[in-house]
Amino acid sequence: MIEIKDLHKSYIMGSNSLHVLKGIDFNVEEGELVAIMGSSGSGKSTLLNILGMLDVADEGSYTLDSVPIKNLNEKKAAQYRNKFLGFIFQSFNLINYKTAMENVALPLYYQGVSRKERQEKALKYLGQVGLAEWATHLPSELSGGQKQRVAIARAMASEPKVLLADEPTGALDSTTSYEVMELIQKINDEGNTILVVTHEEDIAKMCKRIVHLKDGIIEKDEKIEQVRASEYV
Amino acid sequence: MKLLFSRDVWSEIFASIGKNKLRTAITIVGVLWGVFIYIGLSGAAKGMDNGFERAFENVAMNSLFAWAQSTSMPHAGFKTGRPLRLKMEDATTLTNRIPEIQYVAPRNAKGVFDGSGGAQVVRGQKTGNYTIYGDFPVFTKIATKKIYDGGRFINDSDIENNRKVCVIGERTQRELFDEDEEAVGGYIRIDDIYFQVIGVHKFVPGGGFESDSDVFIPFSTYRKLYNTGQNVDWFSIAAYDDADVVAVEEEIKAVLKSVHKVHPDDERAFGTFNLGEIFNRITGFAKGINFLSLVVGIACILAGVIGIGNILLISVKERTKELGVRRALGATPSEVRGQILMEAVTLTILAGIMGIILGAFTLWIIDKQTAGSDFPYTNPTVPIPYLVGAFLIMIILGTLIGLIPAQRAVSIKPIDALREE
Repeated sequence: MIEIKDLHKSYIMGSNSLHVLKGIDFNVEEGELVAIMGSSGSGKSTLLNILGMLDVADEGSYTLDSVPIKNLNEKKAAQYRNKFLGFIFQSFNLINYKTAMENVALPLYYQGVSRKERQEKALKYLGQVGLAEWATHLPSELSGGQKQRVAIARAMASEPKVLLADEPTGALDSTTSYEVMELIQKINDEGNTILVVTHEEDIAKMCKRIVHLKDGIIEKDEKIEQVRASEYV
Repeated sequence: MKLLFSRDVWSEIFASIGKNKLRTAITIVGVLWGVFIYIGLSGAAKGMDNGFERAFENVAMNSLFAWAQSTSMPHAGFKTGRPLRLKMEDATTLTNRIPEIQYVAPRNAKGVFDGSGGAQVVRGQKTGNYTIYGDFPVFTKIATKKIYDGGRFINDSDIENNRKVCVIGERTQRELFDEDEEAVGGYIRIDDIYFQVIGVHKFVPGGGFESDSDVFIPFSTYRKLYNTGQNVDWFSIAAYDDADVVAVEEEIKAVLKSVHKVHPDDERAFGTFNLGEIFNRITGFAKGINFLSLVVGIACILAGVIGIGNILLISVKERTKELGVRRALGATPSEVRGQILMEAVTLTILAGIMGIILGAFTLWIIDKQTAGSDFPYTNPTVPIPYLVGAFLIMIILGTLIGLIPAQRAVSIKPIDALREE
């Protein structure tokens, strides 16, 4: 699903150049649930941004679902993001003046899906995250866990190839974190490919594979025995 | 184009405009005020224009008067101080030599410049002194005479047959006839000659020396009555609408001087009064006011639109993160730019419509307040091209101003926008 070869990325800060990613080789198969771990500064967010086409690599190749991702202009990148990727952010990033349903429907709006179909799909995915009865509520009326579940529904709504979650539980307490992880595991069980960036050990252990990043290189890449989040809930 | 007619686009725009209602309202007030001033000023200017036009509607806008005085320079063997008289044939000479002249009406009058105090007019036991004019029918082409129902002005047949008929004024009628008497068809005696009344004219105040008691008789009858021969007191002259009345005035003087053997540089021989020039000054003034109101109005709209641009810049700054999320979810830069632009234009147009309504309402109030007064202010309408122009200006300015925040919105990379807290 994802093939990355010899990925390099540097940031220029004034006269200094900061080499963040120093040659990453890394493949993800369809249906995997991968945790990317590392301390801050290890390059995990940069890697996720490049995977999410929010940032571009200096060197190396990136292939997503057999489509080479290179030389993207903003428009093409936006279209690929919309088609291939679903984003889940640490701070949820819901649009505060739109209801839960409208937030979920937003990626579909940019796909040009008709209004009626958008609403049906949005309700369907809100139902999957267990928030169907909250459809008309504004984000400010939802709890943190509920917001993240709306965000997950939004990421799912465009039926992407890969879900990218950047510290999805970073802003949540542990009970709520496990609920969110349970949902992510459920979505993964249905065959979706998910990448989770986290620095929390227990969250990483709920994935099927952990990639440890340190100082811009992959230190360790291991398949693990998945811990079911439902055991904690 | 798809952008303009999609319900989704509009609901997106109204959702984000409605997000901060107070700010939107304040923004709208800026443009609303500009448009209001634009509409109010140009409507008021138009009203004043109409008002002037109404005040002078009974006189041809490009008319002038010419009369003879006496020479002030010796010429062609004549000594200085020779008295001059205009002659009937001068009228033909003028029309033949000056193509810009549309009508020439020779006029004679008793009681205007001759110091006679008018003629004594008698009917039965009632008498009065009134100014008597000898006129041609063509005079009504230059200065409209409104005649009450049942009457008429002098016609060509009256001139040909030297008919003893007259058109009297409202006051003359009041003073010579009883209230329930029909004036038309009745007889009055002017300087001991009986005249039949053929019409009563309605007096419209509009400057000049005419009054509500004037008596008009056929020019030919006047000539016989007062033995004036070929003499003419003055010419009322109307030039064609597109003629330059000042130039026509000069030509008339030159022609008269050559016909009457007056030195070409003699400025005192013939007198003229150029009503057209006065009108031109008044209409020029009205045009100036009109232009001023346009400039001020457009400047006000511009100020308002700049206000919208300002607010949208702040709004874009505030929404950096939201716009970042939208772009992460697949909004292309042109979609984001389009949305901000449409917000700018929508705000501008909404404000514009409200301003137009408010302005029209104010003009209506002023019209009601000044109705029936002497104030030269009638029917203060804003011409449709002005409205269309205002709208075009608003859309164009709104778009241009909107480009700044729209460009700002997409100039930040989505990744930086998402990091923004």
